[in-house]
Amino acid sequence: MSIRVENIQRSFGAFKALDGVTLDFPTGELVALLGPSGCGKTTLLRIIAGLDFADSGRILLDGEDASSTHVRERKVGFVFQHYALFRHMTVFENVAFGLRVKRKGRPLDKVIRAKVTELLKLVQLDWLADRYPAQLSGGQRQRIALARALAVGPSVLLLDEPFGALDAKVRKELRRWLRRLHDELHITSIFVTHDQEEALELADRVVVMNRGKVEQVGAAEDVYSNPATPFVYEFLGAVNEFRGNVVGEGLQVGTDVIPQVGRGYGNGQQVVGFARPHELDIVVDHANTNVGVPARVNRILSFGPVARIELSRLNGGGETTEQQFEVQLPAQRLAELQLTTGQAVRLLSSRLRLFDQGSVK
Amino acid sequence: MAGVASHAFGSRAHAARFERNPAAREPAAVKWIIITVSMLFFASFLLLPLYAVFSEALRKGWQAYWEALVEPDAVASMRLTLLAAAIAVPLNLVFGIAAAWAIAKHDFRGKHVLVTLIDLPFSVSPVIAGLVYILVFGAQGWFGPWLSEHDIKIVFAVPGIILATIFVTVPFVARELIPLMEAQGREEEEAALVLGATGWQTFFRVTLPNIKWGLLYGVILCNARAMGEFGAVSVVSGHIRGQTNTMPLQVEILYNEYNFAAAFAVASLLALLALVTLVIKTVIEWRLGREPHPIGAP
Repeated sequence: MSIRVENIQRSFGAFKALDGVTLDFPTGELVALLGPSGCGKTTLLRIIAGLDFADSGRILLDGEDASSTHVRERKVGFVFQHYALFRHMTVFENVAFGLRVKRKGRPLDKVIRAKVTELLKLVQLDWLADRYPAQLSGGQRQRIALARALAVGPSVLLLDEPFGALDAKVRKELRRWLRRLHDELHITSIFVTHDQEEALELADRVVVMNRGKVEQVGAAEDVYSNPATPFVYEFLGAVNEFRGNVVGEGLQVGTDVIPQVGRGYGNGQQVVGFARPHELDIVVDHANTNVGVPARVNRILSFGPVARIELSRLNGGGETTEQQFEVQLPAQRLAELQLTTGQAVRLLSSRLRLFDQGSVK
Repeated sequence: MAGVASHAFGSRAHAARFERNPAAREPAAVKWIIITVSMLFFASFLLLPLYAVFSEALRKGWQAYWEALVEPDAVASMRLTLLAAAIAVPLNLVFGIAAAWAIAKHDFRGKHVLVTLIDLPFSVSPVIAGLVYILVFGAQGWFGPWLSEHDIKIVFAVPGIILATIFVTVPFVARELIPLMEAQGREEEEAALVLGATGWQTFFRVTLPNIKWGLLYGVILCNARAMGEFGAVSVVSGHIRGQTNTMPLQVEILYNEYNFAAAFAVASLLALLALVTLVIKTVIEWRLGREPHPIGAP
């Protein structure tokens, strides 16, 4: 089933949870709604499910306006952040619930049994059928919650922070497992997360949201390497910030210059340049020059194949300032540089991404 | 009173851990003094009277005891007490669930007013409650003339007793359920809804099983109070023997007539009721304690 939301508005008192959101979710895709807490992503998910309502705007399921369709008739499967399993029922009964409450065309007991067993096999937990939710681990509960949602044959699967309450290792496992499951079933799925790594790794497409608005929609790669707004850039990973003016093809930061940052901005324009830690380079032998932003090495973390260097920016007089930088270098490059803590260096980048200063808070 | 069932358990394991830890332990003397004081207190103020009731009731032997119990006025009082409880408890069961549901799972204007109103019978003296009914339904009351015109008797009759009983027992079920339902939240009901369950199906298959022990606990307390209520019922009863006397009132009348053995015989039944209530309550608490802990609480 394809989903389209049009110009959705939703306020809680004075707080605007959703402010004119329009999105398309094509059939069979796995889409992530990504954003910080309070950005409206869960509210949007609940509105699509019918558990919440929009103040204005439309929801189209397969092209038909579903704004007034009851939750029961929307054919959605919903997986809650805290599982919401029925605590007084066994795992088997939890999964069977959706089939047992059917009023029209309720399947025979035999059919229900077969279907539930099949679903439990699908989530690889058929051996837990007689347990109660309290006897399961978090990851197992979440998989049962998924099996329960799938039991009613939903055309859409909505997952609200599905791995939010799990520890890092289980989260990673479940992520891969969910991706495989989606590749098998091809149900249109939307999941909400505040974890950018999870969104980028799992989803066909990522919708980045902030303050009730959509900031960017695109494939993981696209969103990560071409962030449309400063917010997206900052939200998707660690970031180093350089404020200055465009001078020719370089960026002038204070009295120093980062050369060759690209075009698109006029001479003298006030911009902010962003660079990821791995997009910065450190140079040491530029004594009497203004190429590169001066900084002092605070800390070198050199375990693993990639070294991390933390630095403080130096002002014109060579004193350290509040501004911090983080650089990632291949271990080999670090060895070449022979950096020591406290050393003054300069930072360069050929991949600065520029934004108008007005668009950055 | 409210929430006793839900709060009493989690702390048990904690207390043991605290005590086994030598770094946190108080001197043994403190512990034993506290235990002795509370034991003495309970023995003298609770167990002794209970013992007195039964020993007084049986002072003249089992024969006299039995006769006092089957005496027609005593039987009539038992019947009336059972009737009042049989009407008040189911009504408060329905009202309690409805009110708890409304308060715990919905937001609406006047929610605080409703919560306060539910507590009213706890904060008002039962005698005042009885007087209110006299004021409203009595011969000189607001509806008095209209009622007597239509030949309906409420005050000094069975309906008044039932009304007074309902009034004093209103809070028990609701007070027990509100914290329980609030703690459980709405998610399971939402899950049922998304899975296609109707409101009734959700209530009977999800909500009710989740609150059943708390509900039973509230009903037990409600029943104990319904059968034991004295003040409010006394005011509206009129003390007509064999007609408007409940068991507590019957005890008082017999006692005032210096018929101690009979008074204590009826009183012993009420005491037995208290003991049975206590046993059921303990069983429920034990069940509640073993109940799997709420899942999904962050």
